[in-house]
Amino acid sequence: MTQRQPLLEVNGLSVTFPSEAGAVEAVRGVSYHVMPGEVLGIAGESGCGKSVSSLAVMGLLSRRARITGSVRFEGEELLGVGDKDLSKIRGGRIAMIFQDPLSALTPVITVGDQIAEAVRIHQNVSKQAAMDRVVDLLNLAGIPNPRQRARAFPHEFSGGMRQRAMIAMAIANNPKLIIADEPTTALDVTIQAQILDLLQKAKEATGAAIVMITHDLGVLAGFADRLTIMYAGKLVEIGGVDDVFYRPRMPYTMGLLGSIPRIDAAPGTPLTPIEGSPPSLTNLPPGCPFTPRCPMRVDICREKEPDLLRMDSSGNGHFAACHRSAEIEQKNLKGVDIFPASEAVPSRIEDLPREGRTPVLRITDLKKHYPMIIGAILQRRVGTIYAVDGIDLDIREGETLGLVGESGCGKTTTIMEILSLARPASGSIAVLGRSTAGMTARDRFQIRREISVVFQDPMASIDPRMPVSDILAEPMVTHGVPAEERAKRIGQLLKMVGLRPEYTSRYPQEFSGGQRQRICIARALALKPKLLVLDEPVSALDVSIRAGVLNLLEELKAELGLSYLFVAHDLSVVRHISDRVAVMYLGRIVETGGVNRVFNHPAHPYTQALLSAAPLPDPRKERARRRIILKGDLPSPANPPSGCRFRTRCQKFADELNDQQRQICIDTDPVLSDHGNPGSVHRAACHYAEGEN
Amino acid sequence: MSSIPSPIVEEPVETTGHDSRIRLVLRRFLRRRLAIAGLVIVLLLFAFAYVGPHFYKWRYDQIDFEAFLQHPSATHWFGTTQNGFDMLALTMRGMQKSLIIGLIGAVLSTGIAAIAGATAGYFSGWTDRAIVALIDLILVLPGFLIIAILSPVFHGRTWLIFVVLLAAFQWMITARVIRSMTLSMKEREFVYAARFMGVPHWKIIFRHILPNMSSFLIIDATINVSSLILAEVGLSFFGFGVQPPDISLGTLIGDHWESAQTANGYQFYFPAILLVMLVLSVNLVGDGLRDALDPNAGSATGKGAASR
Amino acid sequence: MSSYNSGLGIFLLRRVVYLAVVVLIATSANYFLAATALNPRSNFEGRNPPPPPAVVDAQLSSLNLNDKTPVVERFGRWADGVWHGNLGLTIDHESVNVEMRRRVGVSLRLLLIGSLLGSFCGIAAGAWSAVNQYEFSDHTMTILSFVILSVPTVVLAVFLANAGSSFNDAIGYRLVYNTGEYTPGLQAWTSADIINRLQHLVLPSLVLILQGLAFYSRYQRNSMLDAVGSDFVRTAQAKGLRRPQALVRHALRTALIPMGTFFAYEFTLIFIGSIFVEKIFSWHGMGEWFVQSIQKNDVNATAAIGMFVAVLVLLAGFLSDVVTVILDPRIRRG
Repeated sequence: MTQRQPLLEVNGLSVTFPSEAGAVEAVRGVSYHVMPGEVLGIAGESGCGKSVSSLAVMGLLSRRARITGSVRFEGEELLGVGDKDLSKIRGGRIAMIFQDPLSALTPVITVGDQIAEAVRIHQNVSKQAAMDRVVDLLNLAGIPNPRQRARAFPHEFSGGMRQRAMIAMAIANNPKLIIADEPTTALDVTIQAQILDLLQKAKEATGAAIVMITHDLGVLAGFADRLTIMYAGKLVEIGGVDDVFYRPRMPYTMGLLGSIPRIDAAPGTPLTPIEGSPPSLTNLPPGCPFTPRCPMRVDICREKEPDLLRMDSSGNGHFAACHRSAEIEQKNLKGVDIFPASEAVPSRIEDLPREGRTPVLRITDLKKHYPMIIGAILQRRVGTIYAVDGIDLDIREGETLGLVGESGCGKTTTIMEILSLARPASGSIAVLGRSTAGMTARDRFQIRREISVVFQDPMASIDPRMPVSDILAEPMVTHGVPAEERAKRIGQLLKMVGLRPEYTSRYPQEFSGGQRQRICIARALALKPKLLVLDEPVSALDVSIRAGVLNLLEELKAELGLSYLFVAHDLSVVRHISDRVAVMYLGRIVETGGVNRVFNHPAHPYTQALLSAAPLPDPRKERARRRIILKGDLPSPANPPSGCRFRTRCQKFADELNDQQRQICIDTDPVLSDHGNPGSVHRAACHYAEGEN
Repeated sequence: MSSIPSPIVEEPVETTGHDSRIRLVLRRFLRRRLAIAGLVIVLLLFAFAYVGPHFYKWRYDQIDFEAFLQHPSATHWFGTTQNGFDMLALTMRGMQKSLIIGLIGAVLSTGIAAIAGATAGYFSGWTDRAIVALIDLILVLPGFLIIAILSPVFHGRTWLIFVVLLAAFQWMITARVIRSMTLSMKEREFVYAARFMGVPHWKIIFRHILPNMSSFLIIDATINVSSLILAEVGLSFFGFGVQPPDISLGTLIGDHWESAQTANGYQFYFPAILLVMLVLSVNLVGDGLRDALDPNAGSATGKGAASR
Repeated sequence: MSSYNSGLGIFLLRRVVYLAVVVLIATSANYFLAATALNPRSNFEGRNPPPPPAVVDAQLSSLNLNDKTPVVERFGRWADGVWHGNLGLTIDHESVNVEMRRRVGVSLRLLLIGSLLGSFCGIAAGAWSAVNQYEFSDHTMTILSFVILSVPTVVLAVFLANAGSSFNDAIGYRLVYNTGEYTPGLQAWTSADIINRLQHLVLPSLVLILQGLAFYSRYQRNSMLDAVGSDFVRTAQAKGLRRPQALVRHALRTALIPMGTFFAYEFTLIFIGSIFVEKIFSWHGMGEWFVQSIQKNDVNATAAIGMFVAVLVLLAGFLSDVVTVILDPRIRRG
């Protein structure tokens, strides 16, 4: 091992905040180091302290925070240094990239001026020279028309472009260390791929080390050299990326890796959830904070918090904080050994072939266009937004259709149209065989018993002023179910979703995110519907909790014979739970078919790009992958490209076709077809769809 | 493993149930000593206005022929006016009127604002535009002017008309805020969930949307109390508000301000100071409520923190 | 660039048209209210001996105040006059135009300095308070604002008027005046006259300054606190700006934006406030005229003042739109 000095050395860092409920120990004695030029990943779920510890390094926490410990950067101690001296280092030698670029950039100053400011603070150059540097940086960051765009305001950029601008600002002074705090969490997966690619380029251009904070382990698998896992304010495992992913020695890490759905998973692979939820950081009990959820707990775990112990397996500095990690190492235990896996539940309906099942939802050529209006008082129509532009969907009894797409593709509009049971402006919607076009208000009211919805954010889906019993009773009260029956049903529902019956009098704030989503699911099942529409039901939940909710959904589907319309942007989740999948882009369905078929042999270039961009929590596979990076941003739905809508970003169009072939893409709009495989349900809308071999 | 999942072994995250939410609100409110002081003063003034007259020997309409324009003394604690009326009795009577005008007006005003704002925000379209246009129209001419112009109409009639008019010009700005709050709440998932369940519109507004604004409504009503009391004073000062023989703090100030610079200034200062005390303490209560109900509303006035 | 300007121009033009329509409706409504609620006839009937009805009718008609003529007809006559620039006659047979011109000047001189100083000081104080949240200066400012906002304008004016004369007594010299706009005989514009005017201006302006200070500092403090705690200030510091620089360059600029809308409210509040200030300090401006017009049942004057206020509101609304557009680039493009 070469004797290099670490660039950043954090030792025993602790951060405590005062609060109404008592002192919150957000970070409790964290130590790690970063070598020059390496990428250190810090992973953990919400509330584990990963962001706070990095803000402490930068000295950006509020004055109320109490910070102890040591942070040495290039040998100099940073803690306790005054604002004046610290600000010389910030932006110059250490730069930071934040999660939400819309709120992180000042709304009333142009992007160019903000980046120029970063330059001029640390370099003594003229305004003109700074502006030139800004244009160079924006160019490097892949922003087209940089000189023009520099004069635009942050709200005029798309999310991906804004993040590029932030990265440009971060590398403006060639920093030695870049701290990236969830830089891609708010972005679509193809944009995320672009940004990760850009970060890689930035690293190569400046030689900087990167500290990458995220909850998404898949992102770190391909990007990080070393990795630390944080839980309840402490580091619980740290090591080389291969060590942590393939040889985790701390039960939390093992459980976490086992609970993540994988896009390359074999069909029917169950997820292993971690029971319970992360602890609150006020008044932590003694001992290891993971004890209540740990299947390997023993008495000493409740008494004494384990230190980080060196694992002997590799010489690469692999440490784990668990009293039993030596045992785990010795026996080479894996996640499946420790955490009980749930069995796949046999479905009642699986045996019946698809054609014989009753159709639950059938959509034909659905279109939804919105007029584009500007002006607050006196309004003017300036165009049309083609949110949904002709889609067909078909769901039978007992099957799950996954609807996949990125933001702006029209999936939310689609489900809103379905749920409002409106007569569509164009096309038709038929629920349980009945078309919405002919429905009266009374009909609609009746049909609402059969179709219900679970939304993304459980806290926002429930009225916080109602206790659980009222929440579950509301659909029944609305549809006239008598009180006695209601009470009985509420008990049934709670049991079905795994909640205790005494929870009926509690309020939503008293539950964790996963429990709240279970309440929403229970509410959705109150009237025994046939179809459940789920809009990103697990995206807002912590990673370790998602598995539990997904398993529940699968069990309920099998037990009750439900059909699901499952909307998501996370492909691995869709792969796990769906039978069939439809991929949407800019208001159209570009590919559809059985989920295994589509994911193993994607025919449409967009699907291929999506799959390529989806992060895989497997370092070897990630490194070996050929990544397809799409160009540019989503076109505006008000102005879709002529012919094939995807051609402006299509990697095939750009790299593989000749001019004659390209002309066809420009002129003709492709339709969904089975490309010479009659009878197959796998269809793609591309003139040059990949063959089915 | 059975097909029904076993109960999840989870501890609830926070023990803030509904009644402990009230406890939490109370705890925050009580931490602000000034807010408590405000509440105490308001209650004292209430007692002063309504209970006081039972314990004091002079009535507001009683003339003491032996004491014209007498300075505060043992017999007449606040002194007497030129016409022999007891100042303390007058002040108590005036405070009654001011208090009740403030309360009724505030409830009316917040109520109208809630209904108008929520309706406009929820239904959008023409309903919304009509209500917004109405709001803009009323805002163009200040209420003071209109009520002043209309004052001859309610000469000799009950002061309730005056209260209704006061409320009628107080609701607009709040309605605008409620409208924008409704607009954003309308897009929240729990409203969609209720709609897709089939819950009728009016139920959604009154059971879901407005109750979730209750903190704002309570704070607004409290602030309205002080605004309305101030408005009443301004109008009654010129004779445009409360009419004789009714008495309010405004009429008292209007009758006696000229004596303020003279030796008989007590006629002005007693009602004026009590009025300021009333308005100030209502404002303190309102501010304390805002901190207690909505501590994340960005900006607590630092005064509350001082008393911590 | 030119299309952006014309887009902006159209937006502002539309606002002006909308506001103008609203003002028209409000002014007409105001006339109808005044014409029906006020009773000019009672002025004549109260005289001793009461004049014969025919004479009264003739007088009223000549002033366009006859309640026997249908309201719509009287409105038509008034509106026609307004269209030609003639606002009619007061109940004392004087020209409303002349009276208004004179009084507007008085009110303007009374209000301009005080309100501008008040808002400026208020914004500065609010920003300062936010930056020093919870410190002594912040608390003092908050308490001061609270108390001032709890005092009705009338009481504040009376109090300051008295404080002024006590102050004069204390220093043995009449430095500040609490009656009138100027000492009689000194209404020209020589330097001695100007000093005299200023001496008369101090106390009433102080009312406006204190109120402006209290009003603006609270709102600016809130707005500034939001900005100070925001993510972009953190980014500015992460770039290497020192905290004070970050606060001024980024937080303050963003926090000023909502202040634009408050100008509109301030205008109406100032006019209402001036009614009291003019009464207590005996300035003969629009505020005093308004009260007198109602007490004298002077319909034409009342209607004219109502129109004046409505136009003021239009101007204020327009100004606040302009200011907001200047300060907030997010609004400019569509």
